[in-house]
Amino acid sequence: MTDDRPDLASELSPREFLRWIWRQLTSMRTALSLLLLLAIVAIPGSLLPQRGVNPRLVEAYLIDHPTVGPVLDTLGLFSVYTSPWFSGVYLLLMVSLVGCILPRTAVYLRALRARPPKVPRNLLRFPASSELVTSSSPDEVVAAARTALGRARVDVVERELPDGGSAVELSAEKGYLREAGNLLFHVSIVVVLVGVAMTALLGYRGAAIVVEGDRFSNVLTQYDEFGSGALFDRDDLPPFTVTLDDFAATYQVDGPQRGAPRSFEATGTYAEGVDGSEHPFSIRVNHPLEVGGASVFLVGQGYAPVIRVTDPDGQVVYDEAVPFLPADASYTSNGVVKVPEARPEQLGFQGFFLPTFVQGDDGATRSVFPAPLAPILGLFVWHGDLGLDDGRPQSVYVLDKTKMTQYMTGDKGYRVSLQKGQSQKLPDGNTITFVDLKQFARFQIAATPGIEVPLVGIVAGLIGLIGSLSIRPRRTWVRARREGSRTVVEVAVLDRVPRVDLPADLERFTGRMTEQLVPVDEGDAS
Amino acid sequence: MTLEQLGRLSNYSVVSATVILALAFVAYAAQWGLARNVAAVRQPVAVPGGAEAPALDDLEPDRSDVAGGIGYSLTSLATLVLAVGVVTRGLSAERVPWGNMYEFSCVGILVALVAYLVLVRVWDIDWIGALVTVFAMIVLGSSMLFVYVPPGPLVPALDSYWLVIHVIGAITAGAAFLVGAAASILYLLKARAEARTPEDERVGFLWRMPSSAVIDQVAYRVHAFAFPIWTFAALIAGPIWAQAAWGRYWGWDAKEVWAFITWVFYAAYLHARATAGWRGKAAAILALVAFATFLFNYIGVNLFVGGLHSYAT
Repeated sequence: MTDDRPDLASELSPREFLRWIWRQLTSMRTALSLLLLLAIVAIPGSLLPQRGVNPRLVEAYLIDHPTVGPVLDTLGLFSVYTSPWFSGVYLLLMVSLVGCILPRTAVYLRALRARPPKVPRNLLRFPASSELVTSSSPDEVVAAARTALGRARVDVVERELPDGGSAVELSAEKGYLREAGNLLFHVSIVVVLVGVAMTALLGYRGAAIVVEGDRFSNVLTQYDEFGSGALFDRDDLPPFTVTLDDFAATYQVDGPQRGAPRSFEATGTYAEGVDGSEHPFSIRVNHPLEVGGASVFLVGQGYAPVIRVTDPDGQVVYDEAVPFLPADASYTSNGVVKVPEARPEQLGFQGFFLPTFVQGDDGATRSVFPAPLAPILGLFVWHGDLGLDDGRPQSVYVLDKTKMTQYMTGDKGYRVSLQKGQSQKLPDGNTITFVDLKQFARFQIAATPGIEVPLVGIVAGLIGLIGSLSIRPRRTWVRARREGSRTVVEVAVLDRVPRVDLPADLERFTGRMTEQLVPVDEGDAS
Repeated sequence: MTLEQLGRLSNYSVVSATVILALAFVAYAAQWGLARNVAAVRQPVAVPGGAEAPALDDLEPDRSDVAGGIGYSLTSLATLVLAVGVVTRGLSAERVPWGNMYEFSCVGILVALVAYLVLVRVWDIDWIGALVTVFAMIVLGSSMLFVYVPPGPLVPALDSYWLVIHVIGAITAGAAFLVGAAASILYLLKARAEARTPEDERVGFLWRMPSSAVIDQVAYRVHAFAFPIWTFAALIAGPIWAQAAWGRYWGWDAKEVWAFITWVFYAAYLHARATAGWRGKAAAILALVAFATFLFNYIGVNLFVGGLHSYAT
């Protein structure tokens, strides 16, 4: 290293260093790398279960993978799209994008006011250039060129040539909208990202299971799952109620697709506000109910057998519809019944519900059709302390068996097996009855304020994109000078993006020009 | 005809189309093979958008050209037969014929073949035929073997007019991506040959194809056509439908993630072509990676990953 080559690192002042960082960040190469990096860091989120998509799958994964799971969790791989590293990449991309847009907008605004560049001295040096002769005057040539060009920004000047003659020169530029489209596209991406962040911050989304005959009120405690943006106040949930009267499901009954769902419809009444009047509704898949600034979507369904437990004195200690969560397409469903009022000890049931059961050769029952043609309830029974009193919140779908003992028949679990209307007396004298069968609907209730922002953004972006991909900016130069009785015309075209078919375009352009010009008389020319 | 008969006719048509495509591929392969020892006598014919007439050096078309012509005719026939298969499939199911993975494959290949046939007329890209037909044959054949389902009505989630808009957009973009990927492969082959083969050793079909610059431009134009359609299908129509069906316009479902990844890679390809140091080989590789992500979304996510979009079977 010689003395006249200064050490760059030490020579850079903090300000210059920042400038250097900024230039690196906003260079096309960096933007491109960040774009690819964003795609790559998005991949794990599609292969591993995500908390934001399905938290239950994440829990299951952690149980199945006790060693790898916690490591992945620490790395944020179960919430990729809110992880610091994913956010980091897209924030850097945003900065890079803005850093790209601002200077290019300034350049573009200057270019909009600028005139087309002057005609270069030697036109025939350009790869796409040609020369032709005509009897028409230079002015006529220029007029023909204007017509052939169509819409373009055109300058025409008359210039003295070094040899004493004069030439008429035309320079034209068209395709200014390409860069406008390009800028619109990139600005739109920023708008979309901001809009997405805004809808996430201001909105809320939750899910609730509602059994036929029950009413859902839009308050936090009625949700099974709930999530809201940082800027949403959970006390601001708009008051409304949705009462589910009936849930109707139809399934394919024959053919190879037997059992495939055909239609789901939830009907009932809803009321807006605290004491609003009741209006009927029908919610189907793809057809949500709009109420209180939120939308109520039908996202799932299942069965809720009505279960009654009477104590040895004949007193009813439990009588409720219990949702059993479907686990497969035939609605083999799992559920839990907790009876804290049972005597002498609390009772807990865990088991399955099958809408249409058949008994296999091995004695096992399974569901063969999703509609309730032959419903059956199969439960194991625990007695003891349900653990409801220690103040910890419990899931209604999980039985805490730590302080409970299972009733046994020999070395197998004691089984309750009930078809609709049947009862069974338990070892402790209580009686359980499968009284009736109801269906439940799983509603997703979501408010997405400001959803128009990303929508408008992406549509504008698409328009800009089409413009930037289809419009070709082009410079065209024509020089016409009189030589005796004829005019010699030089033409050159230049695209910002080099293209292989430019010569063909040039040929078409000169073709359109010569159509309007008077050809040179053969005898004259020689 | 009864619905069952229509369904059977559809199956026979798709099988026939696959067989004809196999024959077309053999013809296109012969077009390559028969030109093995032929120098590049034929002038580069294809100038996209250009008016250049082909220079007819030989008055008699040689055997390679004949094979290419047969390939083109067979591809046209296969397209016609496949169209019959798709239409009868829709009739027998009494709905649009793209409600599951099998149907998506049939319609996708149909659109790709039509795009290819049209582009042969416009830009004279018959040199891409071998790649397009072999890929179409593989997709159709494996769709029938692995993901075939008998015609039937739709699951409720798909019962929406967005199915028409969203899926036809994805199919059209995907078909164009296929043609673009084939062009990018040939670009890489040709560019490599141009860099390595001495002038006097330039014989064979590769030298009858247009220059790598022309192929690159074909690839770019096809991609530039497909990218806005993909943007519309994946990032506009998809979210609008998702908002109506699931209450969220974007939920990082596996299909959505991979659609986004595909979008990002194609965006990177379009940028790379305008970036020094990336244009040419790097850009073409990016286009192929992007197509691979599209294929993974179509095969991998449907069959192995799952999620809300799993309508494979």
